[in-house]
Amino acid sequence: MGLLSSSVSMTRYRVNGEIEGPLMETIHQGLVTNTVPEIDGEVTDKATGWTSWQTPYQPDFEGSSFAYGTYLVFSLRVDKKSIPAKAVQKLMAVEMARKLAEDQRPYLSKNEKKLIKEHVTDALCRQVPSVPHIYDLIWNYEERRICFFSSLKSANEELEELFVKSFGLNLIRLFPYTLTEIAMELTADQKDRLNHLKPTSF
Amino acid sequence: MLDVAVAYNRYKFLGHEFLTWLWFMMDTQPEVLGGLYKDEITPYMGNRIVLEAASGDIRETVTIKGDEADMQEGRVALKKGALVTELNVIIESGGQQWQFTIKGESLNISSLSTPEIGPTSSAEDREGAVLEKAYFYEKLSSYFDSLFQDFLNQRLAADWETQRVAAMQNWIRK
Repeated sequence: MGLLSSSVSMTRYRVNGEIEGPLMETIHQGLVTNTVPEIDGEVTDKATGWTSWQTPYQPDFEGSSFAYGTYLVFSLRVDKKSIPAKAVQKLMAVEMARKLAEDQRPYLSKNEKKLIKEHVTDALCRQVPSVPHIYDLIWNYEERRICFFSSLKSANEELEELFVKSFGLNLIRLFPYTLTEIAMELTADQKDRLNHLKPTSF
Repeated sequence: MLDVAVAYNRYKFLGHEFLTWLWFMMDTQPEVLGGLYKDEITPYMGNRIVLEAASGDIRETVTIKGDEADMQEGRVALKKGALVTELNVIIESGGQQWQFTIKGESLNISSLSTPEIGPTSSAEDREGAVLEKAYFYEKLSSYFDSLFQDFLNQRLAADWETQRVAAMQNWIRK
């Protein structure tokens, strides 16, 4: 979901820690190293990585193209291939029949069937185009805040994993407890009450 | 700090209490909510509210939606022990409007519309649009944090039960 869309879903994060070393170079390196790889024509059925916000299908992080004023803007891209089970079933049947005729045997071993299935799945995987899913994010580095434009559990989990791998920083999703602990100003007395808090009965 | 998954479940109720308090405040003291931020902001109920009552494994959900929806059914649900789990909110500031739905347990925001932005046809326009949008998202986030901080100050005060809960109970039974 694009950050410029008229209606968006948003998950808020707090960034735990700071980049060591030159900021823009380190982030640039993290983005380039973890750019989403192309998997079309490959055996791989899923790829996750960063892409540029302006050109999500042709990742390009040259210069400071991901910097907008004090914000860093880029996107998470998850490419997935979906191979229909019935297509696998059909091609397996054809391939097994061919093998039986070729070897003039009445049956195939379990291992042979497994190898045929792998071969068929790989062949289909190379032919099927991947479907890209793109989720934008805005990173306010100075304030350590991130707005991630998806509330999908899977997309949030991919983001958290890729972020720490790319920049060595943990992301903390802001839900009631974490928002209270991290972003709110609480006295020692309030913190103590929070630790023993029970639901209110209205 | 607690383990994240444990903390998420342990403090879900805090998000639901927050949304229930927010409805109460928007209905009874909107001027207080409007004065919590550096800019003047008016928050009011949007077009959707979801309430949930849980008793053991049984959950009862009431959803009220529509621009002219009667919130009476929501009050009835509150009387039966339900809390607000999702709330659509409109905020206005400086002639600009934000509308969004917030979920209590995760504080995730959905269906968020911000004030209109300028054209996005050229690269220069898009840069301006990103900065404008980022400002709108940040303003909403900051205001939201102010609301949550005010709620926590009341929720974690010694007189929460005697003062605030009593006032909310009166409002529920009104």
